[in-house]
Amino acid sequence: MKPTDISRPDYFHKVVDCQYACPAHTPVPEYIRMIAAGKYDDAYMVNWKSNVFPGILGRTCDRPCEPACRRGRVEEGNVELRKPTEHGEPHAEPVAICRLKRVAADNKAKDGVAKRMPKAPAKKNGKKIACIGAGPASLTVARDLAPLGYQITVFEADPKAGGFMRTQVPRFRLPEEVIDEEVGYILNIGNIDYKGGHRIESMKALMKEGYDAIFVGTGAPRGRDLEIPGRKEAAANIHIGIDWLNSVSFEHINKIGKKVIVLGGGNTAMDCCRSSKRLGGEDVKVIVRSGYEEMKASPWEKEDAVEEGIPILNFLVPKEFKHENGKLIGMTFEKVKAEYDAKGRRNLVPTGEPDHFYPCDDVLVAIGQENAFPWIERDIGLEWDKWGMPKVDTVTMQSNVPTIFFGGDAAFGPKNIIWAVAHGHDAAVSIDLFCNGEDLKVRPDPMVNLVSQKMGIHEWSYDNDISEQLRNRVPWKDKKLTLKDIKVEVELGFDPKSGFAEAQRCLNCDVQTVFSEKLCIECDACVDICPMDCITFTPNADEAELRTQLSAPSLHAKTQDLYISPELKMTGRIMAKDEDVCLHCGLCAERCPTGAWDMQKYLIEMTHAGPACHKKTPQKKAA
Amino acid sequence: MTYIAKPKLHHPALTKNSVGYTRRDYEGKISTLCAGCGHDSISAAIVQACWELDIQPHRVAKLSGIGCSSKTPDYFLGNSHGFNSVHGRMPSVLTGANLANRELIYLGVSGDGDSASIGIGQFAHAMRRGINMVYIVENNGVYGLTKGQFSATADKGSKSKRGIINSDEPLDMIGMALLLGATYVARSFSGDKKQLVPLIKGAMEHKGAAFIDVVSPCVAFNNHAGSTKSYEYVRQHNEAVNRLDFIEGREEITADYAPGEVINVEQHDGSIMRLRKLSEDHDPTNRIKTMNYVQEHAAKGEVVTGLLYIDPSAVDLHEHLNTVTTPLNQLTAKELCPGSSALDRINASLR
Repeated sequence: MKPTDISRPDYFHKVVDCQYACPAHTPVPEYIRMIAAGKYDDAYMVNWKSNVFPGILGRTCDRPCEPACRRGRVEEGNVELRKPTEHGEPHAEPVAICRLKRVAADNKAKDGVAKRMPKAPAKKNGKKIACIGAGPASLTVARDLAPLGYQITVFEADPKAGGFMRTQVPRFRLPEEVIDEEVGYILNIGNIDYKGGHRIESMKALMKEGYDAIFVGTGAPRGRDLEIPGRKEAAANIHIGIDWLNSVSFEHINKIGKKVIVLGGGNTAMDCCRSSKRLGGEDVKVIVRSGYEEMKASPWEKEDAVEEGIPILNFLVPKEFKHENGKLIGMTFEKVKAEYDAKGRRNLVPTGEPDHFYPCDDVLVAIGQENAFPWIERDIGLEWDKWGMPKVDTVTMQSNVPTIFFGGDAAFGPKNIIWAVAHGHDAAVSIDLFCNGEDLKVRPDPMVNLVSQKMGIHEWSYDNDISEQLRNRVPWKDKKLTLKDIKVEVELGFDPKSGFAEAQRCLNCDVQTVFSEKLCIECDACVDICPMDCITFTPNADEAELRTQLSAPSLHAKTQDLYISPELKMTGRIMAKDEDVCLHCGLCAERCPTGAWDMQKYLIEMTHAGPACHKKTPQKKAA
Repeated sequence: MTYIAKPKLHHPALTKNSVGYTRRDYEGKISTLCAGCGHDSISAAIVQACWELDIQPHRVAKLSGIGCSSKTPDYFLGNSHGFNSVHGRMPSVLTGANLANRELIYLGVSGDGDSASIGIGQFAHAMRRGINMVYIVENNGVYGLTKGQFSATADKGSKSKRGIINSDEPLDMIGMALLLGATYVARSFSGDKKQLVPLIKGAMEHKGAAFIDVVSPCVAFNNHAGSTKSYEYVRQHNEAVNRLDFIEGREEITADYAPGEVINVEQHDGSIMRLRKLSEDHDPTNRIKTMNYVQEHAAKGEVVTGLLYIDPSAVDLHEHLNTVTTPLNQLTAKELCPGSSALDRINASLR
């Protein structure tokens, strides 16, 4: 294999699994260390810079970082650490990255953070930007561009800003004051004209108002319906999930029947069933077509629903809404099983059992969301695909009409908040380049820094003593209280003490093991001390061959790289390090007599919209 | 040396041996030796060898004297018996322990200072008596704990870190061991575990006095140009005579190698060692020739490594003394005291 080029920004970025997996590339270990040090304001600002809504995301994020977290892989084979507890057999789990974000948000000094928020400059740059919808994508665009002197106008159909975060995520998961606070930080930057209760009815008309760019962040506002027999007759008690959640949020609806069936296996279904339970639903059940494992909802959201006593019945395909005298009395389902064809595709095949009947008073249909752009005229030159979605560039977020940009669910269909934020950043970069007459395809390089953490012979500027603790559980408020009132937040969040303990589980994957072959005397000290057997000195070979020569078997060859050194001067062998389960404990560097190993903190920050993106001020090449 | 303990977390694919332990279970406390010390590699090799041999840690007794090397038993086999004796006196303590309980595996760990100077007499007699043990000398040619004076094994003409040339003849531990009757004599290098681990395994399986001289560079005081015990020098001058590939139990051997390349040495207890020859003119079962061979190559400045000599029909001290098979420490008054009538008979016979 060729020696690894660690000056390429993406090599070490991949080693920081969480940050690499985060759509907005939040520097996760960096803020977790700050939380451990009690620097909540700093931790909050690191988050705020990348993901804009730390308090909201710390409660609701889809957390792509956690399945990627190295801690989960490391604990996988260490069964002996996992003694059964009152909650049963503990399993290998990642660091609770998402809930740590909330620790930063909960414990920060409010005015401390507010003081550090950027302000719009007094001198505007003369460019006007319209953001349609005030969800996470639009607000990110506004946040990134307002401090640069752009004049932003945000149009929102609802009175208050926040979009989906405010109207669909139930209050028991996300209290209103958290939304108010974080949306407020953006709207208070200045240069942002928020027009609430102002629905844009015509793109054509808006385009005539002289905006330099228009950003569409209107989400995926239409819930999919279920057209099966009885739908029309029993309509009074059949509700579309997201519309119903919306009405609950605005308190237009405050009760539901005693027996509720929720159809669908996504996160919206989980919000629907848990909300029903709080509005008078006594017998609430979720019924899904697929198997429990294949449900789209995040595992933790399913677990939370089950924890609240909501059964999830699977492999049941809805057949008919049963009604008597125009009133819904129940639903029938066909029992199916999963069969896989030769290509591994799943087919749901009827089992032949008699149909199942479940009585109910209300049904919530949460089987998917669709985009809807009735307000965009089809003759403005915008190109659409066959599914009725605008054609949007996946990198620049620009449509074929140069002034129109899309982001969030409006761009590529329903995803989640953190993707919307990532889209917002990308669109802001594009809009800024566009308004400066620069090439949108030339994207800014990230800021990359690699600095030794050595403080003394055995001292590092990070805590390298690896915690053996298993994942801490976020405490819940008493169910007696939370199930009674939909506004009472269920999770209490980690307190500073448990937050610290959880932060200590982080392996500091951003503190990289950097190897200098010129200094190595091949004493084997690093090989002997490495607790995870990551390091091998061996004759060079191609990757497949090398992976069979490692000190310990390579377990995730597809996703985890080998760090390869140039040939060593004494024996001509190479050093090969499997990055997969490295604890970043730094023992290799402590045991190295010549400093051939060093622990260096790798910080990568995505460049957001601003002068750094412009060619007029070229970026220095990463070291 | 390091301040944090090695994390208990291990590679997810770490396997257990037939007695239910992972390799990590054979480790000891975190080493306090200098970073890069060859001794730590030898400790790691001992850990690996014991794991591969499926040894129950509590069946091992590790004994040592004084010095950097003699500190190391604290850093491996944390669940074994240990005795850190007086300087140079490990062999006599080991001899006593071995006499009291012949059933343990005895691992003596010493250094060039501990064995070649203050303990040279003890070393000589332990070899002579053929005590069933593994005697490892972690040989770096200097006194590391007292800042790098030459030890008795430092080669004549080699240079100290401060630039002084050694004018004394080196004490040849391998030559002495051969001369004094050790029945398993090997030399290896801390930087070559592929060679060292099988040699330790072979020594542990050998019934008799097994001696391994392991060149173990001292990174702090003897790893410079002019030293003959540095990583670089040993790598350049290492002449391996053979590779000990594996050790068979009492099973029939099926030869995988071309004839002439492999020597199967059947030992007294029926176990077989398989050696892959690297040098044509070396016969590891001929003691006299081996002594010559080692001396000739030493004169050329080469460091001969590998299994240098093995006596397949070795016997140990217990056989010399014709002791009972039950460990002496398990004999009770019933076996040891014949009773007053027997005493009376003996007394009567002497009247």
